[in-house]
Amino acid sequence: MTTGYFFPHRHILGIDHLSVDDIHHILSTAESFKEISSRPIKKVPTLRGNTIINLFFEPSTRTRLSFEVAAKRMSADTFNISASTSSATKGETLIDTARNIAAMNPDTIIIRHSFSGAPHMLTRYVDAAIINAGDGMHEHPSQGLLDMLTVLEHKGRLDGLKIAIIGDILHSRVAHSDILGFTKMGSDVFVYGPSTLIPRALDRLGARVCSTLAEAVADADVVMTLRIQKERQNDPLLPSFREYARRFGVTRDVVALAKDDALVMHPGPINRGIELMPDVADSGRSVILDQVTNGVAVRMALLYLVMGNAPVTG
Amino acid sequence: MLVEKTKKDEDEVLGKDYIFSKRGVMSSSYLIKNGRVIDPKNSRDEVADLAIRDGRLVNAEDEVSGSVVEIDAAGCWVVPGLIDMHVHLREPGEEYKEDIISGCRAAAAGGFTGVACMPNTRPVNDNRSVTALILELAAGASARVYPVAAISKASKGESLAEFGDLREAGAVAVSDDGLPVRDSRLMRRALEYAADFGLAVISHSEEPSLSHGSMNEGAVSTRLGLQGIPTVAESIMVYREIALAEYTGKPVHIAHVSTAMSTELIRSAKKRGVPVTAETTPHYFTLTEEAVEGYNTNAKMNPPLRSEEDRQAVLQGLADGTFDAIATDHAPHSILEKEVEFDAAANGIIGLETSLSLGLALVREGVIDEKRLIELMSLNPATVLGLEAGTLSEGAPADITIIDPRAEFHYTEDKVVSKSKNSPFLGWKLQGRAVLTMVGGRITHNLFD
Ligand SMILES: [Zn+2]
Repeated sequence: MTTGYFFPHRHILGIDHLSVDDIHHILSTAESFKEISSRPIKKVPTLRGNTIINLFFEPSTRTRLSFEVAAKRMSADTFNISASTSSATKGETLIDTARNIAAMNPDTIIIRHSFSGAPHMLTRYVDAAIINAGDGMHEHPSQGLLDMLTVLEHKGRLDGLKIAIIGDILHSRVAHSDILGFTKMGSDVFVYGPSTLIPRALDRLGARVCSTLAEAVADADVVMTLRIQKERQNDPLLPSFREYARRFGVTRDVVALAKDDALVMHPGPINRGIELMPDVADSGRSVILDQVTNGVAVRMALLYLVMGNAPVTG
Repeated sequence: MLVEKTKKDEDEVLGKDYIFSKRGVMSSSYLIKNGRVIDPKNSRDEVADLAIRDGRLVNAEDEVSGSVVEIDAAGCWVVPGLIDMHVHLREPGEEYKEDIISGCRAAAAGGFTGVACMPNTRPVNDNRSVTALILELAAGASARVYPVAAISKASKGESLAEFGDLREAGAVAVSDDGLPVRDSRLMRRALEYAADFGLAVISHSEEPSLSHGSMNEGAVSTRLGLQGIPTVAESIMVYREIALAEYTGKPVHIAHVSTAMSTELIRSAKKRGVPVTAETTPHYFTLTEEAVEGYNTNAKMNPPLRSEEDRQAVLQGLADGTFDAIATDHAPHSILEKEVEFDAAANGIIGLETSLSLGLALVREGVIDEKRLIELMSLNPATVLGLEAGTLSEGAPADITIIDPRAEFHYTEDKVVSKSKNSPFLGWKLQGRAVLTMVGGRITHNLFD
């Protein structure tokens, strides 16, 4: 990193707010933390005495566990608070919960919420650093960063790569963070999916919307598929999983259209046989487990970097 | 300076013992001098004096006997009292947000002498006793209150409310505002039956199956990850209302138009002679979906703020006569409804205190002229609702607004008169405002003091 750079963010609310330098810095910090995860004793005292709260208003095993492992490897004290989504439909719950938590003086709060913008709101009510672990249909920045780290490790660069993202772009906060992140870093992002799942004006986020699966995947360096849901709030988005698998699913034949060394990625959990065929998911091109490993490293980097910007007290 | 001049004149005329309404007593006679009188109904735009006696406008040439308060309006516009044909006063039922007295105080501060209040109170204004209660509570308020009653019982969209009774009790129009009338047959019957009683029918045009969302569908909703409401959710229903009005020959009024497509539908319907009228709001001609940035719940309303293209089309509609009225859709909400996640926040913003300034900005920008502004904010809403208002004709009730088009003010939370503070214009420096508002010869707002 260039000298004189310092990480300017107190909160990680989305990739949208990160600059190219910020992303480089996070990825190189994560790279250096990866080494810790390969040690026999996987723990450093960096965040000893720090209190980190996982505040999850949506069920999540993977992301919460990944943040928890990241925090523990850096010797922070972690606490998990799971609020049911049903009790969170009333807005007061988030503010009330936030104020209660603030009284315990946490250093960092990691929040997942089904409403877009909930982490932004939290920043107005608590002094802690806020890390967005997924908000509604908005962003999932740590997932976007770990995807970038995974591609960077395998390809040695992000600039000039063709990234194909296939599936439910409309509801996917992962897709939004990936589109913003990869395009910022100079990749070309091509998306494809049924028109019912492509949001309006997606090109303004920097993605190119394709009209066929072949167009999206042809000569791609990365083929990323997203988890599909058949119906949301009675909105008839798809007639059946069967037809989705047949018309939009990523098969071996589809991946054959991409570059020979193309990576296959998926943010998990996978609907095997629907958006991604099992033989592709388990093939040599799949880097899905690398994504999981890199998730811990990226989250260690984020915890470390926002802590560095804590206000000086005392 | 205006204020001192006025004071001095009054002192000369009255000695020390005149008392303004602000201190509890009203003078029976006023002479508003040297103002630019703009009265579109009488095609009048000239510097002149206006005389008021016993609550009505009288000939200024006539000898006015007894004590007369002179108001020097030099440099100001003297216009028929502004009328906001679409407000929510929240009483009965949600008085913690606003009540009739506080809402009318906000109206007076914004230059309004009359407001038409929507029926989505608790209980819904769907029968004569609620209408009568509203009028009873409005006695002595700072503005005239024109109740709009519900189209359907409890605004459930199932059966018609008793329009005859409601008219007799004092309702001026019917609407299920807040909700669309889903059932097209019910809407048809409402248009037909309301016409029998001279009640305007106001349509909150929204196709419900398309309107699950919290902001306009477009680039900003995609970026913020918020579910979008497409423009066609409004326009489809606007066209249904036009089709029903065209078929039945009965008038319909379209509330709070926000899209380019709706504007064009109304324009072409008017050209064909369909009895359709329409209003838009200051927020649709001033703001766009960009105001939602940062998940600002004070930029959340229904219909939602649209794109710049829609805003331009709305401005065009104001300029070319497609729109008959500017209404605020004044919708007070407390922090309980607004300081929450964007998806959970209630729709609506207050608007009574900023509407005139935002309308005056259109005059400064050359979108419309002064006469047209007064038509949009006074004469036309009075005509659509069939009110004895909106004019400075001799003999008319003395509902008058004096506007200083140059007065600047900084609209901050501590200055808000309404009980609720949910305005996207907080922090704005606004130019042009009402300096005096008079309702039936009674001063309800006065910055000359
Ligand atoms: Zn409405």
